[in-house]
Amino acid sequence: MANPQLNDKGELTHLLTLDGLPGEVIDRILDTAVPFVSIAERDVKKVPLLRGKTVFNLFFENSTRTRTTFEIAAKRLSADVINLNIGVSSTSKGETLLDTIDNLVAMNADMFVVRHGESGAPHLIARHLSAAGRSGIHVINAGDGRHQHPTQGLLDLFTIRHYKQDFRRLTVAIVGDLLHSRVARSLIHGLTTLGTPEVRAIGPQTLLPAAVESLGVHVFHDMAKGLSGADVIVMLRLQSERMKGALLPSPGEYFKHYGLTLDKLSLAKPDAIVMHPGPMNRGVEIDSAVADGKHSVILPQVTFGIAVRMAVMSMLGTS
Amino acid sequence: MTSTDRRNGLPDAEGALTALAERMRGAVAINAALVGIYSGGAWLAERLAQVLPGEHPIGYIDVSFYRDDYSKKGLRANVATTTLPFEVGGSRIVLVDDVLYTGRSVRAAINELFDYGRPDSIELAVLVDRGGRELPIEPTYVGARVSVARNLSVVLHRHVDGRLELTVEPSGAQGG
Repeated sequence: MANPQLNDKGELTHLLTLDGLPGEVIDRILDTAVPFVSIAERDVKKVPLLRGKTVFNLFFENSTRTRTTFEIAAKRLSADVINLNIGVSSTSKGETLLDTIDNLVAMNADMFVVRHGESGAPHLIARHLSAAGRSGIHVINAGDGRHQHPTQGLLDLFTIRHYKQDFRRLTVAIVGDLLHSRVARSLIHGLTTLGTPEVRAIGPQTLLPAAVESLGVHVFHDMAKGLSGADVIVMLRLQSERMKGALLPSPGEYFKHYGLTLDKLSLAKPDAIVMHPGPMNRGVEIDSAVADGKHSVILPQVTFGIAVRMAVMSMLGTS
Repeated sequence: MTSTDRRNGLPDAEGALTALAERMRGAVAINAALVGIYSGGAWLAERLAQVLPGEHPIGYIDVSFYRDDYSKKGLRANVATTTLPFEVGGSRIVLVDDVLYTGRSVRAAINELFDYGRPDSIELAVLVDRGGRELPIEPTYVGARVSVARNLSVVLHRHVDGRLELTVEPSGAQGG
């Protein structure tokens, strides 16, 4: 089946998932993001690429950081940005998702940035636009259910490449609640595509998805073993609001086994970097001494996230 | 002044660079920044800074984010990072490019410069001017003037030893 993210020339037309996205396209996005980083340091933090375009941020789920960074990215490309928190507007009056989209298309939308609690919602919108002959309107998945969060995966890849250059020599350890994490899923697909030889998943049995090993990941339940020799440590947030049933004894117990402390960090390579997609639960999955320490690249991740989203939007803008 | 390679009707690039430097010598402010438009203009800015009297900060500009054909052609791969390691506001700037044609790259470069600050002045130095302007832009300093058919591009190359060479090629993505 044709990749719904690419047009017939192989150019990116939607960004829905990193699963199946060719390595050349991922490389092209990461390369394109590099010159966007420095735009934040100028007098005028704007370039005119998307001047006159209208971007709708459709957030059916709350997310301050992701929505804000998408908004900044679009504004630095000179687009007009409309933020809609749909959870509290039309759908509560009974309007369907696709009716909402049709109304926004009638308002001459050029791009949708979609965060939705249901896996596959951005795909559904992309297919709907395509069926309606609206191939000039682009969809970016800003997180769908437990499925994917491709721009977070890309900004993680950008951060790793920035500090470690070549993926083909790296050991990357992803720690914590992989079961509920669309961030981890996107990152694993990206790392694998770019040839990372060793990707590890570290966490308790109850928080690791059953099929994670089929993605080429090595599973560790012992954090000390899993961190040994790691170049990159990605800490995941303990998603307590997504927890259904008792998957864990208590946050304190979790921290004891899987919280990243300076002691545990010392088992990784001396120049290891520590990442976290945010928001952090200090004292639950990560100790403040690590989060604020010299190995932490958590805040650069946020800055790079804007550049990566600018790159994606500017590549979609004309395809 | 410059010798002409009879095979393609183009001047020798090194000769054109010498001629360009002669015209700039004494005319360019001794502290003017030389800002090269990627990639040919960047090589030329570095060479000019070596031979012109005075201290010339070097900057690099990639106009991809300011091109007027973005909506038609999209963003090209391998956009370089614009680097202007001096205060643009109040500075004297000489934009340097390899080939002046339609004037659209220069328009884009001027727009980009103003997003960094308000320069005191901007001049334009080009290795070759091939005519065919589509915007009211004229160079301050020219190395050589050439006449080339519309369906051909004039391209500057840099060899591993640093020597510059001009060629004509069938029109591709280049334009400016």
